Amino acid sequence: MNDSDRSGTPSQPSRSKSGSRRWRAAPFLGVGVLLVGFGYLLYGGIGDNLVYYLTPSELEARGDAAHDTSVRLGGVVIPESVRWDADALDLRFRVGDGTTELEVHSTGAPPQMFRDGIEVLVEGRLASSGVFESTNLMVKHSNEYRAPEEGQRPQDLYRDLMQTEGE
Amino acid sequence: MRSFLGTSLSAAALAVAVGGLVVAVLAARRNDAELWKAARWGAYTNLWIMLVANLLMIQALVVRDFSLSYVAQVGSHATPLFFAIISLWAALEGSLLFWGFIMAALTAAVVYVHRESEGPLFPYALATMFGVGIFFYLLLVVPANPFASVWPVPTDGPGPNPLLQNHPLMALHPPILYTGYVGMMVPFAFAIGALLSGRLDNAWVRVTRRWTVFAWIFLTLGVVAGMWWSYEVLGWGGYWAWDPVENASFLPWLTATALIHSSMVQERRGMLGVWNLTLAIATFVLTILGTFLTRSGILSSVHAFAEGSIGTYFLVFIAIILVFSVVLLLGRSEQLKTRGSLDAAASRETVFLFNNVVLVAFTFTVLLGTLFPLLAEAFRGVTVSVGAPFFNQMTLPFVVALLFLMGVGPALPWGRAVRGGLEKNFLWATGAMVGVAIVSLILGVRDPYAILAFAFAAFALVTNVREYVVPVRARASTRGESIPQAFGKVVFSNPQRYGGYFAHLGVVLMAVGIAASSAMQTQHEATLRPGETMQVEDYTLRFDGMWAQDQPQRFSVGATLQASRNGRDLGTMEPRLNYYPTQEDPVPTPAVRSRMTDLYVVLMAFQPDGSTATISAIVEPLVSWIWIGGVMIALGAAFGLVFGIRRKRTVPGPVGEPAGAWREGDPPLGPPQGVLITEGAEQ
Repeated sequence: MNDSDRSGTPSQPSRSKSGSRRWRAAPFLGVGVLLVGFGYLLYGGIGDNLVYYLTPSELEARGDAAHDTSVRLGGVVIPESVRWDADALDLRFRVGDGTTELEVHSTGAPPQMFRDGIEVLVEGRLASSGVFESTNLMVKHSNEYRAPEEGQRPQDLYRDLMQTEGE
Repeated sequence: MRSFLGTSLSAAALAVAVGGLVVAVLAARRNDAELWKAARWGAYTNLWIMLVANLLMIQALVVRDFSLSYVAQVGSHATPLFFAIISLWAALEGSLLFWGFIMAALTAAVVYVHRESEGPLFPYALATMFGVGIFFYLLLVVPANPFASVWPVPTDGPGPNPLLQNHPLMALHPPILYTGYVGMMVPFAFAIGALLSGRLDNAWVRVTRRWTVFAWIFLTLGVVAGMWWSYEVLGWGGYWAWDPVENASFLPWLTATALIHSSMVQERRGMLGVWNLTLAIATFVLTILGTFLTRSGILSSVHAFAEGSIGTYFLVFIAIILVFSVVLLLGRSEQLKTRGSLDAAASRETVFLFNNVVLVAFTFTVLLGTLFPLLAEAFRGVTVSVGAPFFNQMTLPFVVALLFLMGVGPALPWGRAVRGGLEKNFLWATGAMVGVAIVSLILGVRDPYAILAFAFAAFALVTNVREYVVPVRARASTRGESIPQAFGKVVFSNPQRYGGYFAHLGVVLMAVGIAASSAMQTQHEATLRPGETMQVEDYTLRFDGMWAQDQPQRFSVGATLQASRNGRDLGTMEPRLNYYPTQEDPVPTPAVRSRMTDLYVVLMAFQPDGSTATISAIVEPLVSWIWIGGVMIALGAAFGLVFGIRRKRTVPGPVGEPAGAWREGDPPLGPPQGVLITEGAEQ
């Protein structure tokens, strides 16, 4: 073991001792400074970028603190609340959890599955107007397998499209 | 019948691994060649057992033997043959079985390559690999038996997860990634072997290096293939979402990259011994943690399809590895004192040290962001997720720092810096850096992150290209060779070094691709009636109508669009939505036209009668550079690995000797290499 220990030692005794010590400390000092700065940044960075999963009631319970934090709002699309302007790509609907309802606004087409009564996850922030401004709208689907009902299969729903292609 | 046979095979592999572990430990302690041979036979036996078990499962998937729970879970009569075969890794149990095969194959390969070796390091390393094997075979026998039988036998099944069936890339991404993951077991095994045997000289690092590089190549390709799959299938125009499972594959990549660099420092200067042991152990723990995150479904993720209830097993295994490793490291702390020392601040080993610090800080940041939701839920009782902006903001400085170090490192000699010549080395690079920053500003790039990335990429590009140019020119002029001839000689004179620089160039390309495609993309969404057009930058898309197609395993609805750029016709694009019978949600299949700039078109929504379609079109520059860069990284590393081994075999001396003869320690250290020209042209 000792033999190999020594052979690893570099053979440069020519440099003055104080000089080499200073060089030796410099990288470690630099690393220390970097680590402290890094820890500070990390602490701030994670706090600013947390996204909370909340229901409309939980969001409302936060009061004024609810504004300007990133939230993933989970709830059900209130039936007959959907207003979709396809040309302006402007979507408004209400999301509820049984006790509280919130107005949601988003731009862009909703997922093809989006409809009344479906469970959604809306990412965004509550604006001061009280409307939830969504940046990302996702439809929650259960992992459990259910055979589609007769007439609800895509083959049935989009029969017209098949015919136009076939002819 | 298949159920009994398959379960027996898993149980046999488990028994062999337990026996092999005992025999290998005895072989190491008694230094007994016969026992060592017996232990090796255990490794070969498990390779055959796992091969047969995997073939048996593939056969069951092909003939749709629904009496096996795994086939009932992922099989279906409607699934095409190709996807039926790759359903082997479509869910938890099958992928563990496949994992077992790769692990057994790799273990057998390692002992075959080192079969002639003597000394306790190798039997201990094999014992460690058997120990890892015991864990995975135990999973196959108890909580995740793919050969468990079901009763009553269903007549048909749901088929594999739609996301897996939707793209042929799913045939490549998991096997490649698994090979990378499993491969990280080898450096871990040798690190533990070194600790157990007390042979803490550089032998284990030198033996392991090529295995680490081998696994790292696959890990790199696996991550890049995952990005590509995500880009081609998920339909949001991105390739990296900082999803927990994406992070899980990236974390061991970071520490393995650190290990590959720091092990060079140990080989050259005899430093960083403890550090390398720690990195090897950490990399392996991160692969197991990654598997745990994927398989337990503890974090919500697009990969949640592979979840199961075996999280506890993984946690216990991780705890065992950590406790065992820490105890071993503490027990050997006396022997692990640093031998070498840093002699100059501006030397290559200093750069490697910083490279390691940055990579580990990078790892820590991503790990914290990934696990933070678990901590928040446990300690504060809130359900949160960490947004992508956190990762983007926090990791960008690391990327820039790595690009910078990647540019500085190759230009600095080992040992000590020679002041003369350094200015010249960096003059061009710094010029290129400033030039690129100014040009980017003039061309209208306003994102400061992108400008930083471009500038430092230019810096790294110039210094790494210079590493080829200078020695090639010197050789061509001194020996009168033509440039290509001199290039070949130089590159083959040190395949590892020049392969490494080529990998660096791949990183540069990738960094530029990522910066450009994320900072300079334009997205536009519109609802179109047939005949109407939409415009994104120079591109025009004309909507020609909707169509639908009934296929055996799915139902596709597509839009036909005519694409053109500045009036020049680019052909039709057909983004579609694929409906699979098992899932209500359609799987989007974007149409992508890949050139220097990608045109990425997604069908978002449509009217059932085909009267309108909502189309999202994204124009992203330089996305293809990411894929090219990824392949370059792998090629460069593979070049060094393949030709490096060949060179080692032909060159006599301490490097080429069998591993057992390395105990006398390091090769003699030459005088510090000063000028790069001589360094590159040596031999």
